[in-house]
Amino acid sequence: MAQAQLAQGQAPLLAVNDVSVVFGGIIALNGVSFDMHKGQILGLIGPNGAGKTTLFNCLSRLYQPSKGDILMEGSSILTRPVHRIAEIGIGRTFQNVSLFQNMSVIDNVRIGMHSHTTTDVVSDSLQLPAVRRTEAAINARVGEIIDYLDLNDVAARVVAGLPFGTQKRVELARALAAEPKILLLDEPAGGLNHEEVYVLGDMIKRIRTDRNITVLLVEHHMGLVMSIADHVVALNFGRKLAEGTPAQVQQDPDVIKAYLGSKES
Amino acid sequence: MTTAHETAPAATASKKAAAAAAPSMNIARVASLITLALLLLVPLFLKNFYIFQMTQWLIYAIALLALNILTGGSGQFSLGQSAFYAVGAYTAAVMMEILGVNYALTLPVAGLICFVFGFLFGLPALRLSGVYLALATFALAVAMPQVLKLHFFESWTGGVQGLVIIKPDPPEFLKTIGLKVSQDMWLYYFTLVVGIGIYIASVNLLASRSGRAMMAIRDNQIAASAMGIDVPLYKTLAFGISAGITGVAGALGAIAVAFVAPDSYTIQLAIALFLGMVIGGVGWLPGSLAGAAFIVFVPNIAESISKGLSGAIFGIILIVIIFLVPHGARQVAYMAQHLIGKIGKSS
Repeated sequence: MAQAQLAQGQAPLLAVNDVSVVFGGIIALNGVSFDMHKGQILGLIGPNGAGKTTLFNCLSRLYQPSKGDILMEGSSILTRPVHRIAEIGIGRTFQNVSLFQNMSVIDNVRIGMHSHTTTDVVSDSLQLPAVRRTEAAINARVGEIIDYLDLNDVAARVVAGLPFGTQKRVELARALAAEPKILLLDEPAGGLNHEEVYVLGDMIKRIRTDRNITVLLVEHHMGLVMSIADHVVALNFGRKLAEGTPAQVQQDPDVIKAYLGSKES
Repeated sequence: MTTAHETAPAATASKKAAAAAAPSMNIARVASLITLALLLLVPLFLKNFYIFQMTQWLIYAIALLALNILTGGSGQFSLGQSAFYAVGAYTAAVMMEILGVNYALTLPVAGLICFVFGFLFGLPALRLSGVYLALATFALAVAMPQVLKLHFFESWTGGVQGLVIIKPDPPEFLKTIGLKVSQDMWLYYFTLVVGIGIYIASVNLLASRSGRAMMAIRDNQIAASAMGIDVPLYKTLAFGISAGITGVAGALGAIAVAFVAPDSYTIQLAIALFLGMVIGGVGWLPGSLAGAAFIVFVPNIAESISKGLSGAIFGIILIVIIFLVPHGARQVAYMAQHLIGKIGKSS
């Protein structure tokens, strides 16, 4: 917490400025702004349809905002194609786990390194020395991450058929392989039981501290967000409802109304 | 990028993985050594006609390998491989007969031309996937024989008549060192060397960064692009590489048969190649040999059983195979490996 507060004075790592997204006639996001600072765990909460996933998809460049800008370390990400987001240090996981199902765990994690390496098909086919060096570098990092997330026992296994919790860890490993500065986690607690959520929360905190990664957590699970986030942004109907520490947001009358309904209704 | 302390856990991790995969790796290695030995030795004891058939087999295996990289590797379907095969064959024929170029030099040119052709075809194909892509490539296969017949190209392609090629002789030095090698045998070993080279390059490709990118696209495009993979680039590259290798196979085919004509490269060839890939096991490169054996030898077997009903018998054999082993030779190899592993454990 102290670390995060210290960072407030510096320029934000990621700035969401007045972002709006319109689908046909529906306004999915309406002028949302917030900053993320280095080392923060930022929780993005809100009821279903609040615009969390829309915002998430803007950050990973799957959607193009109709208004506003998103700045990563001061420069806009909106001119970048989707495959050039990983290289500036934005990594992500997916809501229902999007792994490469027919490939081994270790290959999935290796693919995480794609944006940090350069080889071409000719030198790959000929296994030129440069390719061997690249592969050695990939294997070194991948081995370290597989150790870190305790995936050694399943490293050679094909992903399809692994337990859901393990697949989530593989996805996290794949995202970490790209050495992201910001890790976007889309409902990581979905489908996990009470105890697993607890373990996950610890793991996210550990990743932040050990690897100095800033985390954006989009989550339904209030308990998880409130226990690990330094800063919380609440959305409803595409607008920012409240922002602040978990305690502040929890006591915000608008947030309470959005989650529990108002007295009048 | 790497520091010394990072390499240590990686080494242990890869060692653990290697230890787990060791027995299957050994079986695979022994199997490939036996296959290689058979490929090298068997032709020495065969008549020229059978050697010629084995050459055909290898050539189709190369074409199947190419299709396997496209479909098994990058997840794109093609019923148009015969078009790339034809372009490769005609490139070799025109270069040898009209420009008087040495046959060995035609292969890289055929590969390059077909790579460009495939890459360019891959660009519009990006908009299509699955069965729609298969249909678009189907159109290519249907159009190709007619394009080759066009009057406009006749001075080069020989039109409907096609081109006759003079079969290359084995190099002189073999005679001087006292080896008597027939044309067919020479072409067989020439094809074998080219084929092994392409096989090794393909295995390397699929085991490296580019190959993993293609397989990632096959499994999940959105996740692939989130990992920084340029999806359109790798999809078109896969098309180009597949077409290029198919072109080399086509050139070898033209040289071995010593003749090219438009009607040798109809949609039937494309379907045969597709069939061969399924029989061999989609995405399993060694299966190309099994798939090619099926499309070269099974029609002959069917014909030897009944001349009038050879098509029906071919169909029955095909249905039986698909029914028993839907994943083709890959499944057979997997079962055999399991069996050998069990025997090895119990003894």
